[in-house]
Amino acid sequence: MTTTRTQSAIRATGLRKSFGDQVVLDGIDLEVPGATVFALLGPNGAGKTTTVHILSTLIGADGGEVQVAGHDLAGEPDAVRAVIGVTGQLTAVDNLLTGEENLVLMADLRHLDRREGRRRAAELLERFDLAEVARKPVATYSGGMRRKLDLAMGLVGDPRIIFLDEPTTGLDPRSRRTMWQLIRDLVASGVTIFLTTQYLEEADELADRIALLDHGRLVAEGTPDQLKRRIPGGHIRLGFADPDGLESAARTLGEVVRDDEALTLQVPSDGSVKSLRALLDRLDNASIEVGELSIHTPDLDDVFLTLTGQPDKEKEPAR
Amino acid sequence: MSTLSYAVADSATMLRRQLRHMLRYASVTVFLVGMPIVFLLLFVYVFGGTLGAGLGGPAGGRAEYLEYVVPGILLIAVAAGGTGTAISVAMDMTEGIVARFRTMAIFRPSVLTGHVLGSMIQTMLSLAVVTGVALLIGFRPTASPVEWVATVGVLAGITLAVTWLCVAFGLVTKTVEAASNLPTPLVFLPFLGSGFVPTESMPVGLRWFAEYQPFTPVINTVRGLLVGTAIGNSAVIAVAWCAGITLVSYLWARRLYNRDPIR
Repeated sequence: MTTTRTQSAIRATGLRKSFGDQVVLDGIDLEVPGATVFALLGPNGAGKTTTVHILSTLIGADGGEVQVAGHDLAGEPDAVRAVIGVTGQLTAVDNLLTGEENLVLMADLRHLDRREGRRRAAELLERFDLAEVARKPVATYSGGMRRKLDLAMGLVGDPRIIFLDEPTTGLDPRSRRTMWQLIRDLVASGVTIFLTTQYLEEADELADRIALLDHGRLVAEGTPDQLKRRIPGGHIRLGFADPDGLESAARTLGEVVRDDEALTLQVPSDGSVKSLRALLDRLDNASIEVGELSIHTPDLDDVFLTLTGQPDKEKEPAR
Repeated sequence: MSTLSYAVADSATMLRRQLRHMLRYASVTVFLVGMPIVFLLLFVYVFGGTLGAGLGGPAGGRAEYLEYVVPGILLIAVAAGGTGTAISVAMDMTEGIVARFRTMAIFRPSVLTGHVLGSMIQTMLSLAVVTGVALLIGFRPTASPVEWVATVGVLAGITLAVTWLCVAFGLVTKTVEAASNLPTPLVFLPFLGSGFVPTESMPVGLRWFAEYQPFTPVINTVRGLLVGTAIGNSAVIAVAWCAGITLVSYLWARRLYNRDPIR
């Protein structure tokens, strides 16, 4: 095994897993550099959670080699466990304990000494804005508070690698923003984040690299920009007041996608000012009245739909 | 820290967690203690007069039946405690927190040992309360201090065995409901043994079962220690049963826990 100076936080090759005769992961290669955010993106049932379960030592893989923080996953699971933090899809908190007791429990299990454990718990409660409810049972917490506590619990032992399985699913927009900021702060402090999400916007916001998982295979991998560049789809959309305007514009512009019902045309474009001006000039010269105009650059949604070949409209939280 | 000190530290942490759960879920604890007390009062005051006469002793009555039935009631308390253990283990396994424990570098069986220690404490307390009630209503054991210690030892042994068995029950079932049903036969075992009536009074097949099932030697031993009836080889058989059930259940539970928790 070649060890380089710039060690990857996570490196997996040929990762496989089946449940019964259902193949969930069909040979996955992953490479996550340290102190970056890696997003695993995919529709429900793509195998995201299974990947996190395997990488975080919760379940075993059927095949493949994985190193987490330089430790072999199968050979030294406890060495891996010592440096990771996990925030699951099912929030992994103890509902019968208070928020503070949950954090102190984690500190005890990380074998921090008593005083240090309490100090760390208090600090995390403060940082995650949970100090006021620290002495209340977690059963009384809102979904957002639970997620924050869950993440805080994963941070007690100062893990170097954190797995976040759909950390914002089911959160309101404000809590989601808060969570994003927390994640950014963590990465800034040198932590590596392995994130799964079904929200393209989230991957776009946070991730340094994104891998698209579909039916247990990686269908694309790269930076958000690289992925967006992989597909065409930039266009200018023109809306018209009547069918006549639509008709003459379509004749003038030539290669367009027309929608007679909505009275719109999609003109392929890279979205630059120059091409926009050229388009408007041509319409002006032909004296065509345009009702509305909007510019569309390809987003991850386009990438997602193109590469996975299935719409990801079901955004319900998984169980 | 060595593996052993991790084992102790993590088990102690998990025990603290269990004890907190018990305090917050006090209703369960009250039920577990209440049930054997209800049985005690029911059998002494409702059935006791008649059943006592059937014992055929010189006194033959409620007081004599009380003397006879206490060990059986204690075993019911042990079995009820086991039901509580199975439920709380099964509930725990449905919680995300246990998945978190599995991804932490801790002494792996500590989740289970925490449950076992917590349940042991709970059941031993419940046994003390039941014994206290029995004393209040006129139970007069003749045991010496050494015999009392031996009684606590035998009861701790059967509690350990039943607790590990019920931990395995809680792990093997997929739902909390199923986990609460699985230990139910244990609550009936004292009835199908020497707990409430002498096995000699039973029909042949049942009598055979009653004499060879694990609770009977435990009941006979406890009865002998407390009120001085003959123990014979019951003590040896009781200890063997306790050790055997504990070992097998521990291995079973450990294997169940180490399985992949497939979603």
